[in-house]
Amino acid sequence: MSARIVHIASNTFREAVRDRVLYNLIAFALLLSGAAILVGQISIDIERLVVINLGLTAVSLFGVVIAIFIGIGLVSKEIEKRTLYTVLSRPVRRWEFIVGKFFGLAGTLVVNTFFMAIGVFAALLYVSHKFTRPDALILVALYFIVLQFLIICSLALLFSSFSSPLLSAVFAFSLFVIGSFAEDLRGFAAMTHGLTRWLATGAAYLVPNFSAFNVITTIAHEQPVAGPLILGNTIYALFYAGMALSGAVLIFEHRNLK
Amino acid sequence: MKSRGQTTIIAAACLAVSLAASVEALRRVDQVRPQATLDEVLYINSPTVLKRASLGYDGLLADIYWTRAVQYFGNRHHNYAQSYNLLAPLLEITTTLDPHLLVAYQFGASFLAPKPPNGAGQSDRAVQLMEYGIQNNPNEWRLYYNLGFVYYTELKDFGKAADAFARGSQVPGAHPFLRVLAGLMAQHAGDFETARALWAATYQTSQDKLIRQNAAEHLRALRVDQDVTNLQGAVTRFGQRKGRLPSSISELAAAEGLRGIPVDPDGNPYRMTAEGRILVQNPDDFPFITKGTPPGYKPTGAPKLHDKP
Repeated sequence: MSARIVHIASNTFREAVRDRVLYNLIAFALLLSGAAILVGQISIDIERLVVINLGLTAVSLFGVVIAIFIGIGLVSKEIEKRTLYTVLSRPVRRWEFIVGKFFGLAGTLVVNTFFMAIGVFAALLYVSHKFTRPDALILVALYFIVLQFLIICSLALLFSSFSSPLLSAVFAFSLFVIGSFAEDLRGFAAMTHGLTRWLATGAAYLVPNFSAFNVITTIAHEQPVAGPLILGNTIYALFYAGMALSGAVLIFEHRNLK
Repeated sequence: MKSRGQTTIIAAACLAVSLAASVEALRRVDQVRPQATLDEVLYINSPTVLKRASLGYDGLLADIYWTRAVQYFGNRHHNYAQSYNLLAPLLEITTTLDPHLLVAYQFGASFLAPKPPNGAGQSDRAVQLMEYGIQNNPNEWRLYYNLGFVYYTELKDFGKAADAFARGSQVPGAHPFLRVLAGLMAQHAGDFETARALWAATYQTSQDKLIRQNAAEHLRALRVDQDVTNLQGAVTRFGQRKGRLPSSISELAAAEGLRGIPVDPDGNPYRMTAEGRILVQNPDDFPFITKGTPPGYKPTGAPKLHDKP
């Protein structure tokens, strides 16, 4: 990776930290510790399940929100503040700027997820008093969540490269919701015929499939995740993020910034 | 700076006062419209719609619905409610959202099956819930055990109970007593001993405090039911022999050759009415007894559950 990309990525990370993005960790800690104590008193026999389900759902949703709301402003904010012109007047290629921004945002989310993961494991230790071997499966769920973030970051950047922040947020969030229904879309496509079927199937494969990344419930019940699924999801996420990022680069390369 | 400090103090005071006042106002509003915020509301009653709307985070939603079911049952049970209209839908939503949430089947059936006020009196829904649980978790022998239990205790369908226990006994790793229970169902289904074996098995095999307390309470109740049945038989025999009722329980005990006055599991002596009816002293201490209570008896408060039989 070129040094210029690393610089842009580290600046993006620093900017996110300056924007107090990591403050969400406080909300997360309060949510998880509160739930761990409360559920033991108002429910029956699901303390461990709640810590895992709530913890991982919060990691995922907090990250999605951060990815969308930071991602959509990455390009437009730089144009608005006119800092983009300063950056591009130096020997920095436009694609390097986009890729650097992507890695900066992804890095922010990985760091955020790392601290939240510590919180999940701490809460789990609090309710279970010890770790067991199936608890290691939580790492797989966290890995899938990070893969999901890569896709969302790339989509947010894609929309940010040609649209206003508000519209980018709407597009990115809509795609997140549609992506959660991707398997239904494919089911609907299978019910149609002829050209409609081709179009519907194409649309179903074009939107990201987030349902394959959600193994939280499976892991909460200590059921293993198949190795091929881990491999398949990794390859899918990398290619999909690569596709969206390439789209962002293509658009940004040809965008008139004057 | 001084002015800014004053503003800060005044703003902080206003914030605290407004917060306290709003809380108090809301408490008064709640008094005007009691139960308006929590009970009897199921905004979306389709489990499938909820599962779709969860965007894949169905595990957390299932936990929330399970907690809601527990709270709903607990509140109504505490108030000796005669109807539990939302219980079955809440459990159906919970188990559709997370079909592997075993606790929802195990406790859910024991909430649904017993007659009010101990439960919803919906044995058929309890059976449906357990069958759905077995369909999704065929290797969990406890679910077959719970299903057999519902057939035995509530529906008195001993044949189906035997069938459920027998199916459960074939699951790899099933507890050996399932096979014994299947046999007992076939031969001595209505006996006290069979009921005792069932509840004792529950008491011994469960790690959950509430399940153990429930089993302990049933074992205590069974002992009372059996004692009262035996003593009532003794009263009948006394009448046949002497042509009159015993004047006191002491006379009855002496006539039967007992060492002292029989006592209940808490050590309190049984008492006898002038009509020869055997009663326990404190029926509220035995929430599941079917014998030994005065005519028209209604429990007066939430029972205190015991940890041991």
